[in-house]
Amino acid sequence: MWRDNLRGIFNIALKDIKTYYLKPPAVSWGIVFPITWILAFYLRHPGDFKELVPGMIGLTILFSTTAAEAVVLNFELRLGTLERLLLAPIGVAAVLLGKVLGGVIFGLLMTTIITTLSVIVLGLHPNIFYLILIILSSLFVFSSLGAFLCVIVKEVFEAQTLLNLPRFLMIFLSGVVYPVSKMPLVLRYFSYLLPLTYTIDGLRRSFSTDLNKMVLLDFIILIIFFILSVLPAIKLLSRKFE
Amino acid sequence: MDKEVVIQVSGLTKCYGEIVAVDHINFEVNKGEVFGFLGPNGAGKTTTIRMLTGLSKPTEGDALILGLSIKTKITEIKKHIGVVPEISNLYDELSALDNLIFMAQLYGVPKGLARKRAQELLKAFRLFERKDSLFRTFSRGMKRALTIAAALVHDPEILFLDEPTVGLDVVAARSLRNLIANLRHQGKTIFLTTHYLEEADLLCDRVAILVKGRILAIDKPLNLKAKTDKKSLEEAFMKITGLEPEILAIEKGK
Repeated sequence: MWRDNLRGIFNIALKDIKTYYLKPPAVSWGIVFPITWILAFYLRHPGDFKELVPGMIGLTILFSTTAAEAVVLNFELRLGTLERLLLAPIGVAAVLLGKVLGGVIFGLLMTTIITTLSVIVLGLHPNIFYLILIILSSLFVFSSLGAFLCVIVKEVFEAQTLLNLPRFLMIFLSGVVYPVSKMPLVLRYFSYLLPLTYTIDGLRRSFSTDLNKMVLLDFIILIIFFILSVLPAIKLLSRKFE
Repeated sequence: MDKEVVIQVSGLTKCYGEIVAVDHINFEVNKGEVFGFLGPNGAGKTTTIRMLTGLSKPTEGDALILGLSIKTKITEIKKHIGVVPEISNLYDELSALDNLIFMAQLYGVPKGLARKRAQELLKAFRLFERKDSLFRTFSRGMKRALTIAAALVHDPEILFLDEPTVGLDVVAARSLRNLIANLRHQGKTIFLTTHYLEEADLLCDRVAILVKGRILAIDKPLNLKAKTDKKSLEEAFMKITGLEPEILAIEKGK
């Protein structure tokens, strides 16, 4: 049973990358948008570009994973292809996790490009272990968040609209360009409710020379966000087939 | 010799709130037969198929497929059944060959064997020339044929076909009926829903007539015609379902 499900997750993820992700809109949304956003901010507030690298990587993770994730489930429900997947000997959870993994793999590809280029061009020396830990956990968080927001609505466009709210809140309140520590107290507390805050914090610490173990706390919190997104998403998707 | 029962349905019921879509139905399907599930739109045919194939949970009752309960062993059952839904639901952005390979891999067919089987099926369904074309470029008949091929790619013992010829032109429908007849000759058990009674008469060994979620009759088409003293299955169906007076009234109104 678990072997059937694992095989299903893997095949669905690969199929999704081929059919949805490796397409110009997903690539531009996942990679061009974060770079443009950060460059626009840099041109307005020139300074040390290295300070903006964690934000750029964080935005790449956020936008690349959710580029198609927030629509594929509803899109497939509407076309009937999701039912086709469920006719195979795999569970609803495997189908959803396959979709999440598709977003994660695509996001990893985009994030690896951005991170590698940043490290080489700017001569950065991150702690690779912590960097991978934060990037991977964040990819799972935002891909499953996209899936969750997708299954709570009925229409494809509703999912995109719904996802834009947390996306833009996180851009402004998670320390992407403006440090959380300098925000008013109320906004600071609010930022602690947003997963991107922990992604950015973890990435900053991974690039920082005075590394501390707080990065592991970021990792644990991101894992909790992943569980809080993926379990309700599985539950809600299962309900559609009762 | 006793016939081997491969589908055994007992008291299967599906309710959506107050609405009873399928109402305590009982029937059996024997190995190697083409079993027709007939009824007007909204009779509960698709709901029954959805329950038997694991897409929907029964409210009451159970069904054994190859001796396994749909309530507890649906994942195991899925390995032995192929399903062709009413809508041809393969991936538009994948080629015919890639669609079949992907489906085979979901069923655990190793990649090399999956490719071989996919190619064999494309040849059998006369789609091999278009193996690299995207699904979305296919005609409705070709889409239907490829959807059936996808349901066969893991070599299932039982095939569920939900309205297989709906929306097809005469040539495509005829070609598809020939395909179904061939599958039967290969020893596959076929569970077919249709509201084309002529098609059921041609293809089915036995049929069940379903109206408002209840089975009104199960028999061979020939026997149903004899019992109702009608020449065609369509006329027999009208009599059994009680729709005959309505049709006569419409005809008189002309």
